[in-house]
Amino acid sequence: MAEVEETLKRIQSQKGVQGIIIINAEGIPIKSTLDNSSTVQYAGLLHQLVMKTRSTVRDLDPQNDLTFLRVRSKKNEIMIAPDKDYFLIVIQNPSD
Amino acid sequence: MVAQRPKSTSSGKSSKGGEKAKGPDPSLSHTDVLPDVPEDIFPMVLTSATQELFECRADEDVTQNNPYKLLKKDDILHDMKARAAVSDFHPVKQTVLNYPGEELLLVFDRDFKYGQSFYLVLTEEAKQRILQPPVSTDEEEPEEESEQYVCRTPEPQQPWVSLGSELEIEEESVKDTRERLKYLVSRVRKKFGAPVNFTDRNALESKEGYIECTSYQDRNFRLIQMERNSATQAVLNLKSSATQTQRTFPRNMYTQYKPRELTEEEKENYMSSENLKNFASSAFSRFEIAIQQNKIMDVFFDDWQALSEGDIAFGGKADTYLKEYQSFTDLQFSKDKSISCIKWHPTISGVIAVSVTEKMSFEERINGSTKLLLNPPLILFWSFSDPINPQLRLECPDDVLSFDFCPSDPNIIIGGCMNGQIVLWDVTAHAQRLHGKRSGERRTTSAYPGSFMAFEEDKENEIPVLLYCAVSSIENGHKAPVTDVQWLPENFEISITGVPVENQNQICVQVVTCAPDCCVMFWDIRAPRPAAHSQAERKQKMEEKQLENPRGIPNTFKYLDLSWKPLIKVMLPKTDASGEYSPLKFSLRDNIHCSRPRSGKDKSVKTTDRPEGKVEYALLRVPSEKQLKPLEDISTMFCVGTEDGELVYTSWKLGKDDDSGRLLSGKPSRCFIVHDSLVNTVKRSPFFKDIILTVGGWNFAVWKESVMNGPIILSPCSQKRCMVGCWSLSNPGMFFIGKEDGNIEVWDLLEKTHEPSHIQNISTASITCMKPWIISSKQHFLAVSDDFGTLHILQIPWTLRNPSSSESSVNKYFEKEVTRLMFFDKRKETMAKQKTATEAEEQKKKTELLVPEKLSEKTEEESLAEYESYLTLEKDILKEMGVSLQEEDKPSNEV
Repeated sequence: MAEVEETLKRIQSQKGVQGIIIINAEGIPIKSTLDNSSTVQYAGLLHQLVMKTRSTVRDLDPQNDLTFLRVRSKKNEIMIAPDKDYFLIVIQNPSD
Repeated sequence: MVAQRPKSTSSGKSSKGGEKAKGPDPSLSHTDVLPDVPEDIFPMVLTSATQELFECRADEDVTQNNPYKLLKKDDILHDMKARAAVSDFHPVKQTVLNYPGEELLLVFDRDFKYGQSFYLVLTEEAKQRILQPPVSTDEEEPEEESEQYVCRTPEPQQPWVSLGSELEIEEESVKDTRERLKYLVSRVRKKFGAPVNFTDRNALESKEGYIECTSYQDRNFRLIQMERNSATQAVLNLKSSATQTQRTFPRNMYTQYKPRELTEEEKENYMSSENLKNFASSAFSRFEIAIQQNKIMDVFFDDWQALSEGDIAFGGKADTYLKEYQSFTDLQFSKDKSISCIKWHPTISGVIAVSVTEKMSFEERINGSTKLLLNPPLILFWSFSDPINPQLRLECPDDVLSFDFCPSDPNIIIGGCMNGQIVLWDVTAHAQRLHGKRSGERRTTSAYPGSFMAFEEDKENEIPVLLYCAVSSIENGHKAPVTDVQWLPENFEISITGVPVENQNQICVQVVTCAPDCCVMFWDIRAPRPAAHSQAERKQKMEEKQLENPRGIPNTFKYLDLSWKPLIKVMLPKTDASGEYSPLKFSLRDNIHCSRPRSGKDKSVKTTDRPEGKVEYALLRVPSEKQLKPLEDISTMFCVGTEDGELVYTSWKLGKDDDSGRLLSGKPSRCFIVHDSLVNTVKRSPFFKDIILTVGGWNFAVWKESVMNGPIILSPCSQKRCMVGCWSLSNPGMFFIGKEDGNIEVWDLLEKTHEPSHIQNISTASITCMKPWIISSKQHFLAVSDDFGTLHILQIPWTLRNPSSSESSVNKYFEKEVTRLMFFDKRKETMAKQKTATEAEEQKKKTELLVPEKLSEKTEEESLAEYESYLTLEKDILKEMGVSLQEEDKPSNEV
């Protein structure tokens, strides 16, 4: 557990990082640095998005798989790293 | 032996009854039993042995379909000989012997038609008959038999069940009810063979010649079809069915859900799992790259656009040039005169009004007063469509130093004169004229329709002159030239005590004026509440006035003429000294009708509240105070710029003076001396309600209303006097200053604060007044008037009118300035404190020196103690730094 915490701290300490969320394969948040309502909202929405993206990538080429997803918006950037069992979501504001 | 009678085959049905076919010899007993057996057929039984012998076994060799078997005569004879009486053929022995042919036909009678299973055909003819046309003979014979013998049929039959059909058949069948009568008609015997005579006779001659049966419609017998034969046909069941989709309508549906969450234990489990650890470490590397990438460079930042914005800020001088759009001057009316005030028409675009005054000092005025009376001063209306001739002239009783359009009704104009009077004009009659006449040809009727003598007169007559319709009373008005006139906005009005109350009419009815006679006055254009005696007076006045109205003065404000008194007089007593301030210009906080042009949206909002049609001001009355509701959010504070260069911040509310019981105005809260000479501009920023620009003397200042310490920005003294200043309407943080040498300075606070960002010379004479206006988004104008009487309209270029600075940034700047001010004040205080402290110390020291010196011992002790304390201090410090020399075994704390 300590290693995970340490990794999270290292990410958090980067400039502009607003929040980190770890969710399991079903989309239930395990750990988060944001408040509960935002966490739940992010988890629910991004989980579906990653599923969709992954299936898209696999459809185009079955040998392929999704490794990283970056969603850039006007205000910030959301980065998601998917895995078999977990997703790690980081929200960063690049312009600060 | 057997008597054979050939039966005739073509015998009809109506044959003799009772004739029986005498069959073969009577020894054949079965003929009685079966009376319908023909003679030449002999039914017989054949035993199975015989059948086998002759190969005519029943249902094997001979069948229903193939019942005929030809038997050789010799075989039959042989069989008869062999078995004698036992043989089946014994009864027909004789017949067979006598049989002419060689073969005999044996027919298998399966149906036992003739009583036995076989029958032997006895004659050759019968054989032929049966074999060749077997069908017809077969049919006819049974019919014949059945017709003669009704009851018995060879086949077993069901007893006939009557279902009622025989009745119908009987009905349908034609039967003789009686015997047919036979008549024999013959002629008389003697006429047989006699000659005959024939004659003709016309049938129509006599009525009895013919009998006619004409047809007619017998109404007794209307054929009604009671019965109808129709065929029916049996078909499958038909079923019709329909379907329609259900009409759906939108309906609100709700689901309420709660997100799934893990319990704390589960979270702990997850967090400590190996899986997650591995995942986190593997994911982290990806994230590092991504985050750092974002930090290094923002990929989505548009450099190109940002580049262009930066350039414009430092644009070339040519871009910021104020181009002269038009210039108005009238040779007759404004030459050698000075323009004291400019006002844009609030509703009609392209119309601007200027007040023209004489450039004379007081002495000269007194000396030349007669000349002045002959040429009354004017307010000229200029329109963009006609640069040569003014559209309208308003005559004033004296030089007007300031005037204003009524915001709710731009046809009412109020002006303040040099003699202290307030003047009202009503230009409703000429409003049409002001509404943009393109060409100069069409002119409306003049005031003097008859005279078209001289060209000059003609021209003069074509520009209408309008006289003022009301002036204030001389005794009760100002005692000094009125320098500033402003309308109060229509959402509130002032009551007698100075409390802002709700304005029920929603039109502007009150005016504020100020003059250097140390008072600010509030006037109401409505008729004051009538007292009993004054009504009679007024009536008298009204009658008089109605008689003499030669010059077509509108009667709008007749009730005010020469009797107009101010509603409230606000004195401005000085704070620290006795005496009063002499205001020149003022600015109200909630005066929303500053120089910004009204947008269409505001207009529409307004018209819904305002009563339709022209307001009869004469009918309006000043309401009693009790009826009106006071408004809380209107601030009663206002800023006044004085003759001495001060800015006074005071309230107009009148408080009750305890001593005398009269209503007196209170002392102003703040007063600042900033300018070296008289203040000529006090203007609020159109963007910020609490930022005020004051211009006076050789400098200008920007104030924030809540900051009472001083101006937040104070400009350095310039070489020429600043005559007038105004804010830019589109660019927060930008304003224009007009100078004595005819220069216009454009100051942009965010660009440079120590000098103007742009200077431009307009005329050689001093600038007297400036007013910006926005006609459209592309046309921003600045009206500038000078001492020569010329009105210049300048077009503000894009670089200056484009809001290069947003409101927020200007706000930030002002706040910075405020903090700076605060800081300075604080510094001052602290410095002052320090100063006093040092002074006090010095004082103390001075006094201390007088005290006798301390004993040396004491001082030595004291110094020793000091040294000891110093040593301990040194130790501590060294210890802290970890460079302790004495105690090395103690662990050092590394920070």
